[in-house]
Amino acid sequence: MPANAYNGFTDFGVGIGLRVPHYQHILSEKPVVDWFEIISENYMIDGGRPLHILDQILERYRVVQHGVSMYFGSPEPPNREHLRRLKTLVRRTKTPWLTDHLCWGSVDGTYTHDLLPMPYTFEAVRHTANKIREVRDFLEIPIAVENVSSYAEFHASEMTEWEFLNEVVEAADCGILLDVNNIYVSSRNHNFNPFDYVNGVPAERVAQIHIAGHSKFEKYILDTHDHPVIDPVWRLYERAIERAGRTATLLEWDDKIPSFKEVHDEALKANQFIAETAAAL
Amino acid sequence: MNLLEIQQRMLEAVMQPLTEDEQMQSRTRDGKSMHEVAGEFIKPNDRLSSFERLEIYNRQYWFRVLAALEEDFKGLRAIVGQKRFEELSRAYLCDCPSASFTLRNLGSRLANWLQNHPKYIQPRGALALDMVRLEWAEIEAFDGAAEAILLPDDVLASDPDPKFRLQPYVQLLSLRYPVDNLLLAIREGSSESDRASNAVSESRKPTRTRKISRQKQETVFLAVHRLDYTVYFKRLDSEAFRLLSALRDGSSLSTAVASAFEGSGIPEAKLLGTVQSWFQKWSELGWFCRPVTSQL
Repeated sequence: MPANAYNGFTDFGVGIGLRVPHYQHILSEKPVVDWFEIISENYMIDGGRPLHILDQILERYRVVQHGVSMYFGSPEPPNREHLRRLKTLVRRTKTPWLTDHLCWGSVDGTYTHDLLPMPYTFEAVRHTANKIREVRDFLEIPIAVENVSSYAEFHASEMTEWEFLNEVVEAADCGILLDVNNIYVSSRNHNFNPFDYVNGVPAERVAQIHIAGHSKFEKYILDTHDHPVIDPVWRLYERAIERAGRTATLLEWDDKIPSFKEVHDEALKANQFIAETAAAL
Repeated sequence: MNLLEIQQRMLEAVMQPLTEDEQMQSRTRDGKSMHEVAGEFIKPNDRLSSFERLEIYNRQYWFRVLAALEEDFKGLRAIVGQKRFEELSRAYLCDCPSASFTLRNLGSRLANWLQNHPKYIQPRGALALDMVRLEWAEIEAFDGAAEAILLPDDVLASDPDPKFRLQPYVQLLSLRYPVDNLLLAIREGSSESDRASNAVSESRKPTRTRKISRQKQETVFLAVHRLDYTVYFKRLDSEAFRLLSALRDGSSLSTAVASAFEGSGIPEAKLLGTVQSWFQKWSELGWFCRPVTSQL
C-alpha cells in the first residue's frame, strides 16, 4: 500500500531517524534522503536550537513524527499539556501521519519513560482504542501504532500479540507502524514464529515499517537500536513488503550511532527488497 | 487481575530501587516476596523466571533515569563525587519520580529536594546547591521560549515609565559560589579526558578535585541566557541583577531602577549613564520582549 488513509495517502520511500550527531552533516552536505523521522518529544519545547535545526530540516526534507510517551495503554486520560505541545509541533512539521507505541508507561501521572507491554486482553483493547481515537480527534491527523519489543508476558493475556494489535487498530480505526525488528526480538523472547505475526496483521492498515538492529544476551534479546539490521529481520521486512506493498520504511539507530553515511546506506538496503517485490508482482 | 491492577503492580516493581549490585530487590517495599509478586502477573518462559523477566524492566528503568539525571547534572556529580551522586539520584527519584512526559524535566525538583535533604551534599552543600540551580537554569535557557524582541526606545517613545518583560529563556541567579567558572572548568576537564589516554585521564582527575576543594565563597549575580542558540553565562553587577529581577517580576522601569540602586555605591550622577549602557547591552542581546498585556 504505497499510500493509504493511515499515512495520509503519501508515498514516502526509505528514511532514517533524525539524530543529533548527524545534524551538522545533514545541514552542510544536504544529502538526498527520502524523509526523516523525528522523535516528537525532542521538539515539544518552546524554543532554542532543536527547533532552529528542525526548521532548517523542514525547509528541505519531509518529516514524520514518532512519539515515545503518549502511552495509549496507560490508565489515565491523555495529558492535555502533552497534547497541546504535540499539536503545536504537528502544525510546524505538517507531518502527514503520526506514530506512537502500542504500550503503556505511566500510572496516574508517574512516568517510567519505558515502553511497557500490554496485557493482551479485551479490556485493554477497549481502553487503548478509545484513547487512540481521543488523541487522533484532538490532533486531527492519521495515527499509526507501533508494536513494541517485549521481555515479559502476562497471565491475563487472552490472545496473541498480533491478535491484540489487530483488535486495537480495528476498534480505533487507525494504522500500524509495523516494526519487524520488534517482532523478531519478541518472537525470540516469547518463542513464537515471527512470520505468523507478519502474516497475521491487516496489510491494508500498515502505514509505515520500522527496521533496526538489536543486542543478543544469553537468555533474551534486547531492542537496543545499536547495530545493523540482521538477515532474519530483513527476511521479515521482505515478507511485510510482499504483503503490504511499497511502504514508507524507516531505519532506527539510536545508540552507538555511526556516521550518517553508514546509517543511510544501511537503510537504503531496504530498496533492494522493495524493488525485488515490485518486480515479482 | 484487571488492566489497572496489573499496571499498578508492575509500575511499583519497576520503580523500586535496584540492589547494590544492580539486581531487582528480592522483597517489595511492603515486605512481600518479589518472586511471588512477579509470578502473580508475569509468565515465566523456558529461560527466564517471572522475576527475571520483570527484572529486565526494573533495570532498564533505573539505568535510563539515572543516566538522564547524570547527563543533566555533571557539575553536581563532580562536586559530590560519583558514589554520592548515585545515592542522591536514587533517593531523589524515589521521592520525585518523573511527573512529565519528557525526561527533560526529570531534574526540575532537584534543587528544592536537596534543600530538604542536605545530607547528600554535605560538606559542600551551598556549593552543590548553587551548581544544581545553575545546571537547571541552563536547561531552561537552552530551550525556553524566545518571543518577539522589544527595543526599549520603541516603548519609551510612547510610555515614559514602561514595563519590560524579560525573554522567558533568560534566567537570573544569585549565587554564593562562582559555579559558572567551575562548571566550565569541569566540562573542559571532562572533554579533554574523553580524548586522552588512561594515563592522562588519571592525571586530570585530581586537578578537578583540587579546583572544587579550592572554591571560595564569592557572591555572583548571573544571567544564564541564549545567543544564536548557544547558552552563555553573563555576570552582572548587583544593581543590574536587582534591576532585571524587578523588571522580570513586573515592576515598572522607575520602580525597578529605584529598588536596584537603593543603598548602591554608584554615584547618582553616573546612574543615568549606567542604566542606559546596561539597557543598550541587554537590548543588543535581545533580552526584552513585549509585556503580555501590551497594546503596542
